[in-house]
Amino acid sequence: MRKSWWKILCIVIIFYVIFMGLMGPVPRLAIINESIRNTYFHVALWLAMTTLLFASMIFSIRYLNKGRIGDDDIASELAKSAIFFGILGCLTGSVWANYTWGDPWPNDPKLNGAAVGILIYLAYLLLRSSFEDEQRRARISSVYNIFAFAVFIPIIYILPRLTDSLHPGSGGNSTFGSYDFNSDIRRVFYPAIIGYILLGLWLAELRIRIKVINRVRDEALITSDKIS
Amino acid sequence: MSSGILNEIKTLIWKEVTLEWRQKYALSGMLLYVISTVFVCYLSFNLRRNQLTPIVWNTLFWIIILFTAVNAIAKSFSQERYGRLLYYYSLCSPQAIIISKIIYNSLIMLLLSGMGFVFYSFVMGNAIGDMGLFILCLFLAAIGFASVLTLVAGIASKADNSATLMAVLSFPIILPMLLMTIKLAKNAMDGLDWSVSTDEISTLLSIDLIVITLSYLLFPYLWRS
Repeated sequence: MRKSWWKILCIVIIFYVIFMGLMGPVPRLAIINESIRNTYFHVALWLAMTTLLFASMIFSIRYLNKGRIGDDDIASELAKSAIFFGILGCLTGSVWANYTWGDPWPNDPKLNGAAVGILIYLAYLLLRSSFEDEQRRARISSVYNIFAFAVFIPIIYILPRLTDSLHPGSGGNSTFGSYDFNSDIRRVFYPAIIGYILLGLWLAELRIRIKVINRVRDEALITSDKIS
Repeated sequence: MSSGILNEIKTLIWKEVTLEWRQKYALSGMLLYVISTVFVCYLSFNLRRNQLTPIVWNTLFWIIILFTAVNAIAKSFSQERYGRLLYYYSLCSPQAIIISKIIYNSLIMLLLSGMGFVFYSFVMGNAIGDMGLFILCLFLAAIGFASVLTLVAGIASKADNSATLMAVLSFPIILPMLLMTIKLAKNAMDGLDWSVSTDEISTLLSIDLIVITLSYLLFPYLWRS
């Protein structure tokens, strides 16, 4: 039971979000109607993904400074769970767009930016897989990871705001915050972000443990080969 | 200290230029690449000249420039032998190397995109309203492409399948820059007032700055491996 409180918290929050997200009170708006509940899933997933990618970049910087291979493991697994959230965010957004904008993939700068962002991180995974040597892979992919995050933020958050986007908060559209009179949304939205971040950390943690176990096992195999 | 780095940069750029001049096939190969690509596009559109709208003209030009840039800069690290790289490693600071490579690649890109533009407008026609703005756009794009691709080339040259990796790594990263450039170039073609495009110019400039600073900071780690 070592430090498992945050996993319990994660489960509680996720169930709270699912329950309140589907049943709780929401503001009534034209066109969007009940689909505003997707804020708890789609928007929160994107924010969780950005947080995880930011954490991944921090660990990459730490690896370059200290040179511990464990930091690179953490960075890569955080990026992987972030990509998973990104794909989920794309799917939930696609469902939402289908019902409010009438097209599962409207030609919108933010959507295209999101697709490019996911491509950048898939390229990161490809880069990782093309090295045999562990230290070399860690160093070079850390450099790329930092570079990728610096490009990712303009693609997702800055460029769509300069152009006309269907998304709220850009091109003169207002955000949902201005409709949220009773802060019904906020009461579920903020926990949702925390819940997804915890879930992402949990996913990453499991994979990091597998990696560490594999590494220890490989080393044990090598040493036993030498002895025999 | 700073004058030492400046001296190193100057020497390194000079070294690149003499190296390029000695093996002329690389540069002339790239020039021929641009010209033949433009010519292929010209012949392909020959069937329907009237369908070459300004938007198609603009997009086609920048895609040609993008592919030229990727091909020209991909070899900036793989060209030199391992032993020689080790020799530079012992002589100069990595910052001097990356800055000199970026400056040199920017010069190459300016030359290539300038030549490409002249030939492109020669065969495909030229419908640009504001020449000054278009040249500024060409200038910013050449520097931006060169600086992004130099770092990516450095990363890709460390791996085995560097040609594929170069394209996969660089295309998504270069995309925001490409889109901004295409938009700015479209404004220039329509001859819009410069005040309309200040947003694009400042975004392009800031992306260039971010990329160059990051290259400067990150390259030493890449160089050590």
